[in-house]
Amino acid sequence: MPVALVDCNNFYASCERVFNPALEGVPVVVLSNNDGCIVARSNEVKALGVKMGIPYFQAKGVLDRAGAKVFSSNYALYGDLSRRVMQVLGRFTPEVEVYSIDEAFLELAGIGGDLTEYGWTIRQTVKRWTGIPVSVGIAATKTLAKIAAEVAKTRKLWVYAMPAYGREEILAGIHVEEVWGIGPAWAERLKAHGADTALKLARTDLAWVRANMGVVGERTVRELRGEPCLELEDAPPKRKEICTSRSFSAPTDSKADVLEALATYAARAAVKLRAQGSCAGVLIAFLHTDQFKTGPQHYGSRTARLEPPSNDTSVLTRQAARLLDAIWRPGHRYRKCGVILSDLCAQGSVQQTLFSTDDPRSRRLMAALDGINAEWGPGALRYAAEGFAKGWHMKSETRSSRYTTHWAELPCVRT
Amino acid sequence: MVFAAKSQRRTCPLALSRVPAGFPSPADDYKDRDLDLHEHLVQHPAATFFMRASGNSMTGAGIHDGDLLIVDRSIPPRSGSVVIAILDGELTVKRLKHCGDRPYLTPENPEHAPIWIDEGSTFEVWGVVVYVVHKV
Repeated sequence: MPVALVDCNNFYASCERVFNPALEGVPVVVLSNNDGCIVARSNEVKALGVKMGIPYFQAKGVLDRAGAKVFSSNYALYGDLSRRVMQVLGRFTPEVEVYSIDEAFLELAGIGGDLTEYGWTIRQTVKRWTGIPVSVGIAATKTLAKIAAEVAKTRKLWVYAMPAYGREEILAGIHVEEVWGIGPAWAERLKAHGADTALKLARTDLAWVRANMGVVGERTVRELRGEPCLELEDAPPKRKEICTSRSFSAPTDSKADVLEALATYAARAAVKLRAQGSCAGVLIAFLHTDQFKTGPQHYGSRTARLEPPSNDTSVLTRQAARLLDAIWRPGHRYRKCGVILSDLCAQGSVQQTLFSTDDPRSRRLMAALDGINAEWGPGALRYAAEGFAKGWHMKSETRSSRYTTHWAELPCVRT
Repeated sequence: MVFAAKSQRRTCPLALSRVPAGFPSPADDYKDRDLDLHEHLVQHPAATFFMRASGNSMTGAGIHDGDLLIVDRSIPPRSGSVVIAILDGELTVKRLKHCGDRPYLTPENPEHAPIWIDEGSTFEVWGVVVYVVHKV
């Protein structure tokens, strides 16, 4: 049964172009949170030799000379367009596995006719409905579909269905470290064993693979041989951990600033928890200084158990504030802080401790809080600890409008 | 997303009668559910976008300055459709017409002239305007 991997081309850069067609043909880069590093590049930027993930200042000269447009990341827009792309893919098959913000696996069971043509229908429909260009790789297994999508993209075919008879030729051109699931450590071991390409890996003796790479490695090899071993997960697994953290736009030595930031992150994490119907059993608060700067360094982190597990904003912000007292060292300039929620469990399964009662008032209060914020915008109603001014807020100097999620930022068209 | 999130939906109850406690109105038996304007205006949520019109060249088509346009990208444009067009890198709203095979864009205001698409200019239909929301 064939599998397709649909992969959005230069996703964030493509999102910027949907509402700003003048960017077509112009080099476009998108920067990470806080405008630090390059996280997306249009093809024009790739052609300039600018690498992914490097700090922006290193490439600024080249980009300026090429007339590149630079954007702060606009996750409201990217998240919305991603959802739309996935929704369109859902029209083709009920079996869609959203693999990342810009990739999805589709099970193409019962698709008669030419697979390449079907791939083109997918690509054209997504482009027409959402404005996002995608590459489509189709093959017998997920691991091969991943390679097919890479071929579709790098050879600018945009759609590539890997035929069984042409597989070996393709695999011979793929480095072993490019195979899905082969990390750098395994790649080194495999090269030492003489398997430096995907084809040689596919031909490696299964007993050796099992002995050296375990059952996970064996699955990869079987998949390269065309035997499906990886199922599509029809529902994305619930988040097992929630992390909300950011760098400050400028380092701060003010405890009040850090407290405000931590409380905000705790509140945001609580919203995510409630949205997926979970409670957290563990809350970790951390903060640290800038390791790339000279001066006194401090990395503080402390974990609290929540008894019983909770998703109540007031409980989580209180815990975060208590932990800050434990990890705070005065006289440092802090660069980053955050909250991690772990040991998540379903809301209904929370075990009551002897002296606690599940307070129905708390649940009603949280439902009211989420309802008001859904209506009026995130953070419209919040705990005072989250603060008002947000002087520590992340830097995003050149973010485009949130065209699809904010009434005040809709795209404007001349009549 | 615009309207798509449930949270942003504005709904109107179909039937709600004020009655003394203990005497439910027989009409309430026929209350189905709230009318959802979003459901009525948005046929293809994944492909529908909201835009704001600016300018006066389309008043004849009922599009005024500041109006909200509901744009569906999944609908194939026909001759006579009101479209969002990309003309030399800019988004504009006009009526699409054809003279033979040659497309052109017409404003709906006698003070503005039709725009012929030159061979050299880049032209593409971004989406089809399906509704206009105008504040009275």
